[in-house]
Amino acid sequence: MSETVIKCESVYKIFGENAKKMLEESNGNVDAKTFQEKGCIVGVNNASFEVAKGEMLVVMGLSGSGKSTLLRCISRLTDATGGKIFIEGQDLLELNNKELIELRRSKMGMVFQSFALLPHKTVVENIAFPLQIKGTKTEESINRAMEMVKLVGLDGRENYFPRELSGGQQQRVGIARSLAVEPDIWFLDEPFSALDPLIRKEMQDEFLRLQEKLQKTIMFITHDFDEALKLADRIAIMKDGIIEQLDTPANIVLNPATEYVRKFTEEVPREKVLIIEDVMDTSSNDNLGDLKVSKDEIIENVAEKILTQEKIVAVVDSGNNIVGSIKPSKIIDTVFGGRKNGS
Amino acid sequence: MEYLKKYPKLFQWLFLLVVFFALCFAIDVPETYKFIRGQAEFVKDPNQSVYFFLGKEVRYYAFDVFWRLPPLLGWLPIWINDSLFFLMNEWMPMEFWNEDTQEFKTRPILLQISRNLTAFMTFLIELIREILLGGLETIVAFTSWDFIDAYPWLELPGLPWTIVAAGAAILSYKLSGKGLALFAGLTMIYISIFGQWKPSMQTLSFILVAAPLSFIFGLGLGIAAYKSKRVEKALYPILLVMQTMPQYAVLVPALVLFGVGDHAAVIITMVVAVPPMILLTILGLRAIPPEVIEAGRMSGCTNWQLMLKVLIPTARRDILIGVNQVIMVCFSMAVISAFIGAKGLGFNLLLALNQLNIGLALEAGLCISLIAILLDKMSLAWANKQTDYFGNLTFFQRNKNVIFFAASFVIGIILAYVGTFIFKGSFNYLFEIPHNKGISTADFWNKGVDWIFDTFFVYIKAFNTWLIQDVLQPMRALYLRMPAVATLVLAVGAGYLIGGIRSALVVAALTLFIALSPWWDRALVTLYMATFGVVISCLIGFTVGTLCFQNKKSAAFMLGVCDIFQTFPSFVYLIPVMMLFGITDTSVLIAVIVYATIPATRYTIEGLRSVPVGLHEAATMSGVNKFQRLTKIEFPLAFPHMMLGLNQTIVFALFMVIIGAFIGTEDLGQYILKALSDKNGAGIGLTLGICVAFIGLIFDNLIRTWVEKRKKHLGIA
Ligand SMILES: Nc1ncnc2c1ncn2[C@@H]1O[C@H](COP(=O)(O)OP(=O)(O)OP(=O)(O)O)[C@@H](O)[C@H]1O
Ligand SMILES: [Mg+2]
Repeated sequence: MSETVIKCESVYKIFGENAKKMLEESNGNVDAKTFQEKGCIVGVNNASFEVAKGEMLVVMGLSGSGKSTLLRCISRLTDATGGKIFIEGQDLLELNNKELIELRRSKMGMVFQSFALLPHKTVVENIAFPLQIKGTKTEESINRAMEMVKLVGLDGRENYFPRELSGGQQQRVGIARSLAVEPDIWFLDEPFSALDPLIRKEMQDEFLRLQEKLQKTIMFITHDFDEALKLADRIAIMKDGIIEQLDTPANIVLNPATEYVRKFTEEVPREKVLIIEDVMDTSSNDNLGDLKVSKDEIIENVAEKILTQEKIVAVVDSGNNIVGSIKPSKIIDTVFGGRKNGS
Repeated sequence: MEYLKKYPKLFQWLFLLVVFFALCFAIDVPETYKFIRGQAEFVKDPNQSVYFFLGKEVRYYAFDVFWRLPPLLGWLPIWINDSLFFLMNEWMPMEFWNEDTQEFKTRPILLQISRNLTAFMTFLIELIREILLGGLETIVAFTSWDFIDAYPWLELPGLPWTIVAAGAAILSYKLSGKGLALFAGLTMIYISIFGQWKPSMQTLSFILVAAPLSFIFGLGLGIAAYKSKRVEKALYPILLVMQTMPQYAVLVPALVLFGVGDHAAVIITMVVAVPPMILLTILGLRAIPPEVIEAGRMSGCTNWQLMLKVLIPTARRDILIGVNQVIMVCFSMAVISAFIGAKGLGFNLLLALNQLNIGLALEAGLCISLIAILLDKMSLAWANKQTDYFGNLTFFQRNKNVIFFAASFVIGIILAYVGTFIFKGSFNYLFEIPHNKGISTADFWNKGVDWIFDTFFVYIKAFNTWLIQDVLQPMRALYLRMPAVATLVLAVGAGYLIGGIRSALVVAALTLFIALSPWWDRALVTLYMATFGVVISCLIGFTVGTLCFQNKKSAAFMLGVCDIFQTFPSFVYLIPVMMLFGITDTSVLIAVIVYATIPATRYTIEGLRSVPVGLHEAATMSGVNKFQRLTKIEFPLAFPHMMLGLNQTIVFALFMVIIGAFIGTEDLGQYILKALSDKNGAGIGLTLGICVAFIGLIFDNLIRTWVEKRKKHLGIA
């Protein structure tokens, strides 16, 4: 992979009075239960991972599992109780106030779970706010903000106040605001959960298109597995502050690291996750039909084609060399088999 | 037994009442007891008991301790007095450079601080006053008297009233629009034509110094308290006491510290106006969702930017209520501080009231109220102002307000100049209409009052007599008949039943302070007047509020009326009642009722409004009729908020009762008024003020604790 942008080394965040002392005493073995008995709440527990440039890491987990807290640590909205965080090689916790502000002004954007718009500012003022804080001229910042208003499809409402917008519209303002400064690193805390399914899909597509163009480094929180699959390069699954598994979507579904992850991914439609390569038969087979499918196709997309074949289907790589084969019955197994033993 | 289990609280309350009345009947009034007058009046009498504390001699008449506690705190006022005197005149003498005499002089530090503060305040007030009215103090402040003698033309000329009126209208237009501009213009013209210009501008200059300073200090301290728990802890008790402390009471110590005049009035006004501002600032800042703050941080705000651009604007609603309070208090104090020599409308108002010239009082009162409403609306409009980025305005459009003002400035000066020719030898009415040389409707009002008196005298008198003889006197006697111990038991018992041990202890301490002061009887009289006022106010307020709530429009209208009435300085309420009932307890009580009905009505409407709409609909769907909905759903849910209204009603009532001393009552307020003219009054005034504040705090504590519990119970905490 290319260069690392975000790097966490055993990051802990524990809420409570003498959290720091307790963490030191525990030698890194933090047990949420024992901490809770002593009046501390564990938000993030020993998180270590890296995010590469241009990569999109999706963080999932039940409510209260510490997703937002992890994001807050990395943006240093709260100081991590222990561990190290590097942003583009810089030690985040070593930055002084001024450097931190500079970093946020130039590199970071964040979309908040509850929108967090400024109630006294109109849509366009809200979006222009980070620019104005940076000291951009009023006219320039308003022009730029108007571009963003158009981008998120709110033209005509630029002079509305947040209280006059629906939840979905407010969230779009939040997204536009976080993009106004063109950040390299983009944190999104459940950005689409307030949107209705139609707009959500539209926004997701828009989001992917943007990402293709802008190639930002993204950490994205969601509750929706479909969304995660659609967007993620890699997925992190959290439980009680611990990152249970961090891997590509396919690996998480095929090889769950823990019982919890298995349960979590049980209901996931496999055909949406897996690609042909994951399920093909690599032993050579001569009895192949005419149809060839790429090994990188997601099963869902080619399932219909394969299922209409009577013969075994050849799998090819990008150079059109045959690398394996797949039986139509295997597709049926994959789609329905995974769920059968689950429920 | 079954009932006992079902309603345990009810029986506990009944038991408390039984104990209370038993005590009342068991303890007799001592034969030699003289109500009110018999207590420590600082006359020597061989029958008095004496004790010494901290070197102070306290004399008092001893009675059965169950009946009245001895004034064990009698030394406190004397002690406060002596301490103040010591601080001002002897504590930490230091060398200070004296500009005038060009030499060092030894002075106690506090005296020096007070002098500097005084000079600073005086300068600010004079500056604004002289811009509005003309004068030479400001120039002198920068140079010297010799200089002004040499160049007498340097004296500030003052603005012609036409310019000020036009300026006010244009500013209002810029801030809000035509409506406010019209109101501003008419107000100014009214003031001028009715010959109230000079006192009005004096008052205005006082307000324009006091209000912004109070705002800034309140906001600053509020922010400090928001940021640091320690500051908050230190401020909190002071804030609590100051909230229920009658404004009169702070006058006296200020008199000692800062002397007489406008500057002292400004400082005192700040002392009174800053606490509510602090409280509301803290409240507003606390209510900001944490994610909004985080959004500000992520936008790269420095701490300052975060405070100015995110925190304060987001907390705007509460801060604005704070501003409204500041303005309200400032105008209230503008009148009250006439007692310590502040010039302006307040002084005229008091003078007119003293001479029973209701007409004049009415005119001055109207002026104050109009200016108060104007400033209130202007500050509100200013805070809500929006920028238009897309207007694509021409130079003229963008600067039209400035141009208009410049034009009216020139026109005003020309008019004033022309005026010198038209009104040769008399007053230049186009420059400034002198006091009492304008139109006056005072005679009309006075005649009206006379007419009312002549026509309805019989009825008014009959009503008055009936009220005093058949209602007030017996009620007063009943209150005074309460033995100290019985009152204590009642208060502490109520505290315990409502809020457990903690409340009981707080209430006990507060009550004991009053009981151990030399003014227990007077506190009871204050209490009786306040109770009477509160009961009637609540009856009216809750009824009116409930009725108005039935219709959205009338509710909004009533809230608007409350807003306006609340902006009237408290003294103004005395005018119409004195008009009708003269100098009697009835007057005071009616003023109390009118004044205290405002919060009662407001909180009733707000409380009913805060009942979630969903519940309404759910109730309507389940086939509940309007009346049932009101009694079964809306009242229970709105009740906690309405109780907070009761709390405010009590505070308002207490304030007015104390102010009523001006008309002549026999309660604590009367003593505060007396202390104003007493050389050693500071300690007495302050202690009395604390007593009144504590009466308010007792109820405050009980009501708040109850409301909190109730809210938790209803799940709307
Ligand atoms: N400021 C705080 N003080 C104390 N505890 C906190 C604080 N913020 C979060 N927590 C706790 O940390 C844990 C993780 O919270 P977090 O907000 O990160 O959850 P989340 O995964 O984002 O949940 P959701 O999906 O509901 O947003 C929770 O148990 C929460 O109670
Ligand atoms: Mg969250």
